[in-house]
Formats: sequence, structure tokens, C-alpha cells
Amino acid sequence: MTEHLPALIVVVPLLTSFLVFALGWFRKDLCFPAGLCGLAVAASSCIGLLVKVIRWGPVTYKLGGWEAPWGIVYVVDTLNGMVLAAVCLSASLQWIWSGPSVRRYFHDRLGALYGLQMLFVTGLLGMTVTGDAFNLYVLLEIASITAYALIAMGPERASLSSLNYVFMGTLGACFYLLGVGYLYIMTGTLNMADLGSLLTKLHSSGAIQVAFIVIMVGLWLKMAFFPLHGWLPNAYTHAPSPVSGLIAPLMTKVMVYVMIRINLHVFGPAYCFEKLGLDRAVLWLAVVAIVMGSVMALAQKDLRRMLTYVILIEVGYMVGGFWLGNRSGITGAILHLLNDVFMTLCAFLAVGNLLYRLPGCTFAELKGAFSKMPFTMGALVATALSIVGVPPTCGFFSKWYLLLGALEAGHYGFLGALIFSSLVSLVLFFRVFEQAFFTLQDHENAKHPFSFTLQEAPVQMVLPLLIAAAGLVALGVLSGEIVSGMVEPVIPPTVF
Amino acid sequence: MENFLQLLIAKYNYWIYITLMMIGLFGVIAKNNLVKKIVGMSIFQTAIILFFVSMGMKKGATIPIVLHDHGAPSPVQAVDYINPLPHVLMLTAIVVAVSTLGVALALAVKVYKKYGTLEEDEILEQIRNS
Repeated sequence: MTEHLPALIVVVPLLTSFLVFALGWFRKDLCFPAGLCGLAVAASSCIGLLVKVIRWGPVTYKLGGWEAPWGIVYVVDTLNGMVLAAVCLSASLQWIWSGPSVRRYFHDRLGALYGLQMLFVTGLLGMTVTGDAFNLYVLLEIASITAYALIAMGPERASLSSLNYVFMGTLGACFYLLGVGYLYIMTGTLNMADLGSLLTKLHSSGAIQVAFIVIMVGLWLKMAFFPLHGWLPNAYTHAPSPVSGLIAPLMTKVMVYVMIRINLHVFGPAYCFEKLGLDRAVLWLAVVAIVMGSVMALAQKDLRRMLTYVILIEVGYMVGGFWLGNRSGITGAILHLLNDVFMTLCAFLAVGNLLYRLPGCTFAELKGAFSKMPFTMGALVATALSIVGVPPTCGFFSKWYLLLGALEAGHYGFLGALIFSSLVSLVLFFRVFEQAFFTLQDHENAKHPFSFTLQEAPVQMVLPLLIAAAGLVALGVLSGEIVSGMVEPVIPPTVF
Repeated sequence: MENFLQLLIAKYNYWIYITLMMIGLFGVIAKNNLVKKIVGMSIFQTAIILFFVSMGMKKGATIPIVLHDHGAPSPVQAVDYINPLPHVLMLTAIVVAVSTLGVALALAVKVYKKYGTLEEDEILEQIRNS
């Protein structure tokens, strides 16, 4: 049974999404439990697989029994095992959390929303688990197209923002496909492991260089790396709040994972960091991404919009950390990838809770939020601490590795950008908490500063948020084990 | 100059796909009308599909169905057959392109219903004024 786990991870959510679509027509009340069951099966197979991979090393699964270079294989090592588990767990938490708000905003389109969410998760899981470059493209587009549709379900400007995302996203995917075409011309294979071994002999080829650059541009478009980030803030701000809790934490992170996978195991660190000589340029781009993201985040007056710029900063961290090209930098990038899934999840779940009770989440509307929604705001404080990088939370540990990497590489620009953006995040969140904690909402409360009415979101929304917030601390405490057990084994021994 | 001409003629399939791709990219970036942008996006995708299709071509080769001499199969020579793999890949890519186009057009309809126009500058002006 356990040898079929890699296939189950993709097949179960795929079939569940069709089931949920169908149930939406005649038994709407069953959509939620059916989807939850599907996600639970996927999550337990992910965790089972992760445990197996940590104990006995990487697992290769041949779909349909076709041998590796010709058929499609699923390859799971600790790197994508970890990402798979993070995607499944955060998608399950989001699924439980989104129940009340989906019932409130989407009672007429329940089946469509749940079905698309499930299909989106399928795409992400498939992208993470696959070991085939073209298969990755197809699953990337499954995830992207469902994301366009999900974002467009929002009110107001959502459809326009989503259309802009369609343009940028499609160009990104096409660039990736073009690069895969060049790789196929040069090597005649699409299997990642096979490509990796064949490319070692082709380091001086111009076509490979073009393929590399085109693939990187495509992936950067999809992950919203700085100059190519135009679509992200609008798309994630105008998405319906249950949806942004799913897409915002996962899409960019999985794209960062794809970049790390392709650079480490297809082109190889020797090619990326030594042969090409692009690493300095990309690092400075990451520095600009972090600084510009921080500056633009400072200019925002809406909590949700501010958080979208925080995502841009985090993408800058991960891309920059990876391109430092040394062991600490790559460890930091991978660890930050894992941490950032839960930090962003926590942040957007908290915003969703606020939006459930408050008319909006501009800073002015957050006045007195601490006394009304103490649990939600408490979780938001934990998230803020983690994003700033305060020790017991996980954000500190990944940032520590990134700083170490920057010091070892002697890249003081990146070091400065990291410290600058940490200080800016402190200011960013302090502004929010100042409004929410110290400013009372109206004159009634001003007369009686100790009387307040609790207006917390439903338990179903608060509990997943608190679990995710506890996860931030747990990830921080366990970060030593994560690095030694999961991150170290996947970094090639040639990287120092 | 002669070298350049040779490059132009010998690799004409690449030049065609690059030209189409640039037309598409221009459409997506520079056009003001949302439907024209969608058309540009579609041309961009088609250019890459054509690139893949031309990649499988071989001079003097035939469609990849193995010829039989009625009972006594002759040994298969790979040179005689077009490489079918890029073509098969493109079947999937065409499906992806069609669904992207569908989603994009549906969104354009939604945008039109909301703002009453498809010109991007007019929409942005409406947003700024509201």
C-alpha cells in the first residue's frame, strides 16, 4: 500500500474536486465534509511519505509502470516531502477555517468555490511531487487557471485584477514552456533527473543558457519577484477573503520551491553559481526587491494590501538567500520557504477573521480590534513577531541562516537589506497594533475604558488560526531538527 | 552578411516563432483594449506551440506510424519518422491555451458588465474617480 502514496497525493484531491463540483448541484451541505475527507487523506499520505523518506531516503514512483526517461515519474525527497506536507496541512486548516465565511459569501456558489479550491490544491501538490519538466508545466497551469477563477469570484475590482494576473501568469508559464523546449532540443529528455545528468556535459552551450534565463524569467513572473510583481498586490487584495487565505500562502511558495528544485537538481549548483556568473546580478535584484517591497508596504493604509507587499519582501528573501550560493544561504531559503507558508497563512487567516466581523481592514477601521477580537489579534501579533524575526518564532531561525549566508558570501548589500526590512516590518506592524490596541473605537468606550464587548469570529475560524499560530512557535523550536533531518540531505555536497 | 542570410534561411522556423512571439508580447504589453491583449496572449501561446511542432520535424521523414511489409516487419529506422513526442506534448499545451483563453474571455465579459467598456485607460479612470 505505501508504495502508492505518491500517486494518492495527487489522485485523491483530483477526484475529490470532481466529487465536490457534483455535490454542489444537489447536496450542498456535503461539499464541506467531502472536501475535508479528501484533504485529510492527502495530508496523511503526505506525512506518511515524509516519514518514510526521512527514514529510508528518496522515493521514486513510476506512473503506469513506465520506466524513468520515457514515462512520468513522481520523485519525493525530503525537500518536496516537506513542501507537500506544508501545502496539505495549510490547505486543510484553511478548508476548516473558510467554512463560515464561504457559507456567508458564497452560499449560492458553494460547489464551484470548493471544487476550484480543491483543484488548486491538486495543481500545487502535483507540481511539487512531479519529477518531469513538462508535467510540471501542466500542473502549474492547472493551479494558475483555478487561481484566476477563484480570484475573479471576489467583489468590486476582482475581475480586472484577475485578468491582469491572467496576462502575466500566462506569459510566465509560456516562458517556462519555451525553456523546457530548448532543454528538450539539447538533451532529448524531459525527466528532471535525466536532464540533470545530461546537462553536466553541456555547460558551455548557448542554448542551455537561453533555456536557463527563459525558465528563470517564467518562474519569477509566477512568484512575483520584484520587477515582475505587478499582478500580485491587486490580485491578492481583491480576492475574496476565504480564497486569499489559500492562494496567498501557497502559490508563490510553491513557485520558489520549483525554482530551487530546477536550479539544484536540473541545472546544478555548479552551473548556476559558477559557470553563469549571474548570481551577483540576481542578488542585487533581490536586494532591490526587498527594499522596494518594504518601502511600498510602508505606503499602504490597508492591512491586507500591506501584507501582499510583505509577501513580495519574503519572495526577495528566498530568491536572494538561494542565490547566495552557499550552504547557509540555501538552508535559509528552504527553511524560510517552509516558515513563510505558515506565516502568510496565519496572517491571511487573521485578516479573514477581521473582515468577517469588521467592515474592512484599513488601519482606521481596526480601532479597538484588540478588545473586540483578542484571539485573532493575538495570533496576528505572533505572526508579526515571526515576520520581524523574534527568537521563539520560526521567522528568526530562517533569517539567522540567511544572515549567516550573506556574511559568508560577503554580500553586505543583502545583509543590509535583510536588517532594513526587518526594521521596516517592525514599524509596519507597530502602526497596526497602535491603532488596534491604544485607540478606542468611539466615545462610549472612552468613558468606560474597561468595558468592552467581545465580538470574536466563530470558533471554527479562530481555532485553525490559533493552531497555525502555535505552529509558528513549534516550527521555530523544531528548526534544528528540520535543518538536520530534511534540509541538509537535499543540498548537494558540492555546495559549501 | 552571407552568414547571416544562411542563418536566416536555414533556421527559418525559429525566426517565424520569434516574430510571432514578439507580436504577441507587444499585444499584451502595449495594447489598450483588453480583448486585443487577450488576442496577443493567444498569439504568444501559439508561437510556442508552433516552435514545439517544428522541433519534431525531420527532412524526408514521414508520420510516426510503423510501416509493415504485410507480415514481415522491417527494422524501424528512427530517421524515417517524425519525432511524435513534441506533438503529443503540444496537444496538452493546446488544451491549456484554450482554457486560459476561455477564462480570460469570461473575465473580459465580467469586466465589461461592471465598467461598460473594455479600454483599460477608461476603466482605470473610473476606478480613480470612484
